[in-house]
Amino acid sequence: MRTLPVGERALLVELDADGEVGAFHAELLRRRAAGTLPEVREIVPAARTILLDGLADPRALAVELAAWTVPPLTAEAGAETEIRVRYDGPDLADVAGLWGVRPEEVPDIVGGLVFRVAFCGFAPGFGYLTGLPEHRHVPRRATPRTSVPAGSLALAGPYAGVYPRSSPGGWQLIGTTDAVLWDPRREPAALLTPGTQVRFTRDAA
Amino acid sequence: MTQHAERDTARGSVRVVRAGALTTVQDLGRPGHAHLGVPRSGALDPPAHRRANRLVGNPDGAATLETTVNGCAVRTDRPVVAAVTGAPCAVRIDGRPAPWGAAVLVPAGAVLELGAAEGGLRCYLALAGGIDVEPVLGSRSADLLSGLGPPPLSEHDTLPLGAPSGRSRDADTMPWPAPPAELVLPLVLGPRDDWFAEDAPRLLAAGAYTVSAASNRIGLRTEGPALRRAFDGELPSEGMVLGAVQVPPDGRPVVFLADHPTTGGYPVIGVVPEPRLAAAAQAVPGTPVRFLPVHGRGFRRGRG
Repeated sequence: MRTLPVGERALLVELDADGEVGAFHAELLRRRAAGTLPEVREIVPAARTILLDGLADPRALAVELAAWTVPPLTAEAGAETEIRVRYDGPDLADVAGLWGVRPEEVPDIVGGLVFRVAFCGFAPGFGYLTGLPEHRHVPRRATPRTSVPAGSLALAGPYAGVYPRSSPGGWQLIGTTDAVLWDPRREPAALLTPGTQVRFTRDAA
Repeated sequence: MTQHAERDTARGSVRVVRAGALTTVQDLGRPGHAHLGVPRSGALDPPAHRRANRLVGNPDGAATLETTVNGCAVRTDRPVVAAVTGAPCAVRIDGRPAPWGAAVLVPAGAVLELGAAEGGLRCYLALAGGIDVEPVLGSRSADLLSGLGPPPLSEHDTLPLGAPSGRSRDADTMPWPAPPAELVLPLVLGPRDDWFAEDAPRLLAAGAYTVSAASNRIGLRTEGPALRRAFDGELPSEGMVLGAVQVPPDGRPVVFLADHPTTGGYPVIGVVPEPRLAAAAQAVPGTPVRFLPVHGRGFRRGRG
């Protein structure tokens, strides 16, 4: 772990592996809930880093963080949510081909995995979900779509994600859900907040 | 009951007569949701936004209208105290000149017109009671990156006004500083300054950049020499702060403004402190830009 300066009011915690980001993020949230973390406006996890923004004294916190002992992430950590999916995506056959399986096998493969929201970005409520084993990673589409329907379950690189609303996108679309990913009137507005564990179940309908 | 009725008639609404190039509803934004992918948004020139609100007796967080380049014109259905701040511009009420940077009473049905910005880009129009559109995640700001909040104004739009709440406060009557011939922005180096060639800080300080016409609420784009990378490589996406100076593959630095994305995958060479961003938001295209690199004190510094 190392800390990098980000202007006068923020710092970036850089970690060595995805798993460490999750564990460190969970520890930050625990300490914030316990009231032992200095006031911070934003805690933004990403692929290998966590941004802490809106700090009175980033340098002091950087020193403090270096002394932390962070327990590894347990399997039970984080809230859990289940998302029902119809496997009707236009790229289902392509993804099955890349995996070397038949399209009808994809739902069971995806359904057997436990995903975790590593971080959000791209659009409000768009979570980057880790949990795909390496041999299930797929490339982005060569040509992005100008419009991906809301609720599309999609894969790209090491990530899975669900489009909270219609937008352009280059991920491989394997299914669709009716789950409401983003609702500003809900608390939290995003269904998939960082740290949440996600299972995709097959929607028979 | 009576109280409610009185309050409703006191509120009224504002109708857009001329929307201008880009006029949006803005307040102090929606910080605290970056981890959900929600940009901070909010007025690009917060001191001007606050001053306008103070002049009409609103709290600092009341929503104002932020205009771009060529102002706007509105009509209200009740008498309303208004104030225009930010970039200086001609202010007219039914065609008659009215003061800029001061509280003015606009009669019901009169057209309040903000002319083109004279030096600077963005004017702020505060109306007593504030623009009372439905807040999203605690803010009425239009976020042009993610589409949260009300869309930019169009002709004939009607926006609700809130109930006037306070007395006009003496805003600090600081005169608008003449638009600087050069935009000078301190730049706290990091977190990824080590991704750039040794000459990058010197190039940034040389004043060889100008404000690009492609600038918007997301970022101030620049034209000038490309900053060279020290090595090739791809940076995994990481959290971005307001004022971050991100360098895309074309090598021209972009200063992130209020509607910036919450994460990004291009390296950030340094960060412009927040209080200096209002000047950046008012810099017209073509203005020379000089970055003054300073080192983030107390952190690892140097190369290895």
